[in-house]
Amino acid sequence: MALLTDSPDRIRERDARRAAGRKRNVGSHLFLIVLVVYFLTPLWWLIVGSTKSNSGLFVGSGGPLWFNDEFALVDNIKGLFEHQNGIYWTWLGNSFLYALTGGIGATLVAVLAGYGFAKYRFPGRNALFSTLLGAVMVPLTALVIPTFILLSNMHLTNTRWAVILPSLLSPIGVYLMRVYTQDAVPDELLDAARVDGAGELRTFVRVALPLLKPAIVTVLLLSVVATWNNFFLPLAVLNDPNLLPVTVGLNNWQALSNAGSGGEQVWNLIVTGSFVSIIPLVIAFLTMQRYWRGGLSLGALK
Amino acid sequence: MSTLTEPEQAPAPPEPTPTKQPKQYRSIEHRRQWWGWLFVAPFTLVFILFLIVPLVVAFWMSLHTNTLASGNAFTGLDNYVKAFTDPLFLDGLKRVAAFVVVMIPAQMLVAISAALVLDNLTTWLSRFSRLMIFIPYAIPVVIGAIMWGFLYSPRFGPATDIFGLFGATPPDFLAQGTVFYSLVNIVTWQWSGYFMIIIYAALRGIDSSIYEAARVDGANGWQVALRIKLPMISSSMVMVVIFSLIGTLQFFTEPQVLRGVAQGAIPVSYTPNMYAYTLAFSYSQFNYAAAISFALGIVVFIGSYLFLFLTRKQSGLK
Repeated sequence: MALLTDSPDRIRERDARRAAGRKRNVGSHLFLIVLVVYFLTPLWWLIVGSTKSNSGLFVGSGGPLWFNDEFALVDNIKGLFEHQNGIYWTWLGNSFLYALTGGIGATLVAVLAGYGFAKYRFPGRNALFSTLLGAVMVPLTALVIPTFILLSNMHLTNTRWAVILPSLLSPIGVYLMRVYTQDAVPDELLDAARVDGAGELRTFVRVALPLLKPAIVTVLLLSVVATWNNFFLPLAVLNDPNLLPVTVGLNNWQALSNAGSGGEQVWNLIVTGSFVSIIPLVIAFLTMQRYWRGGLSLGALK
Repeated sequence: MSTLTEPEQAPAPPEPTPTKQPKQYRSIEHRRQWWGWLFVAPFTLVFILFLIVPLVVAFWMSLHTNTLASGNAFTGLDNYVKAFTDPLFLDGLKRVAAFVVVMIPAQMLVAISAALVLDNLTTWLSRFSRLMIFIPYAIPVVIGAIMWGFLYSPRFGPATDIFGLFGATPPDFLAQGTVFYSLVNIVTWQWSGYFMIIIYAALRGIDSSIYEAARVDGANGWQVALRIKLPMISSSMVMVVIFSLIGTLQFFTEPQVLRGVAQGAIPVSYTPNMYAYTLAFSYSQFNYAAAISFALGIVVFIGSYLFLFLTRKQSGLK
């Protein structure tokens, strides 16, 4: 019972230290609250805004950061189905299509390449990997116009392929997969499988893949987010409104509304459309935080 | 960039010396090498098609000029001379350089201070905050820019009300002089959380017995943070700065989206990327746009290598 044997001096000293610690924690918590308010205010505004009508966004009983008396969320969602024949939902569907095919494709390519780089010593391996490391530094948006020119030579602009195919390129994904494979898949295990008579492909699928699961989820998440967020590439390579992802589509609505032509001022639909479009990714991030928390640091810890 | 290739130096399993190898085994080894190529082949294809070829095509185009009189003619480095004497391109470059100077420290300050605070706490509020600070990363940049565009707007935004509480009128966030800081704010909001997570993960990776030792030696919380934690995660910080540097030099989406709201304050040549986009898609000057893209790429490449070179001590990238 240390408490009983401690001298009064030591008790006082310890209490003072505890109080100081608590005070520091109060300061830390206040700091965090300020940060949370800063990071959440725009989202709060978006949630509130999506319940307002077009005119309610300008003048409402609640002001910009609180609900109005009217509750127009349902009307706004109906509006999303009606405006331009519900093209918003086509955009959202396109975003899903691009993010899933581009993201899964990029991950598949990265897993194969990462494993190949990590576990085989083939001629040209070092040269290729060094080129890849240089490519991590190549500004990808500076590639957009060259890519557009290339795609237009291949007559692929204004098709879905123009967004999906370039999204398959993920040098950073390959790099992460290689680093992870190196640590997570021991050579001895692969050799044991080979001795047991498993072919290279079977060894990869049965032995290596299960061990790589955390890294695969991370690379998948990163590449899905990258494709979902992509704006410059689809903006450059797509013209047909029916092929646009939701990011470019909403930007077009905003540009039209700003231009001020009466029938096109659909502020409420832009706000509600933005709100609806961020729900899937926000949910994905909140539910999959176990994975990304460990995963986003893959590169950082190396 | 030797840490990036570090796996290379990991002790490789001792390879059997060739002389002792039976012939059959060697041919298996040899065949296995081809499997390596097979695994890497899809990536190599994508890499060549969507990185190498576009770069070569762009470079080739940038060496030509398309005129009505003589068609597509080879003009050598003329486009580059034009670019590096083009006030619009140079202004754009200066502007992104100014963004680098203001935006990266702002992001790093928020990210590092949040990560250090979160690393010290294990309360309900700290777990909640960590998630909420990160949330903007899940929101597409376009949507983020659209949202902030509304918030900045005197018609839609809360600024009038908030400033009204103190009897003041808010500044015009979308005016010529202020729009720069409005953009800094959007980017800081969007990316600080992502960088915070990377730094936080690195902090978690430090062996906590080091802190005990420091405490015994009489170090207080600030000293532990500044003298131990920050130096130990310097390679992660260098990586975060590199990400941020590459992104900032290619600044495009936020100013492009905000342009619609901030009539006049953001010209089409605000950043080099916006200038290249306008040249290509509004004026069909693809050759010159390719030269601008390429020139920007070179600047980004040199910039990030220069930074890595300058920080090679801190980052351990010797």
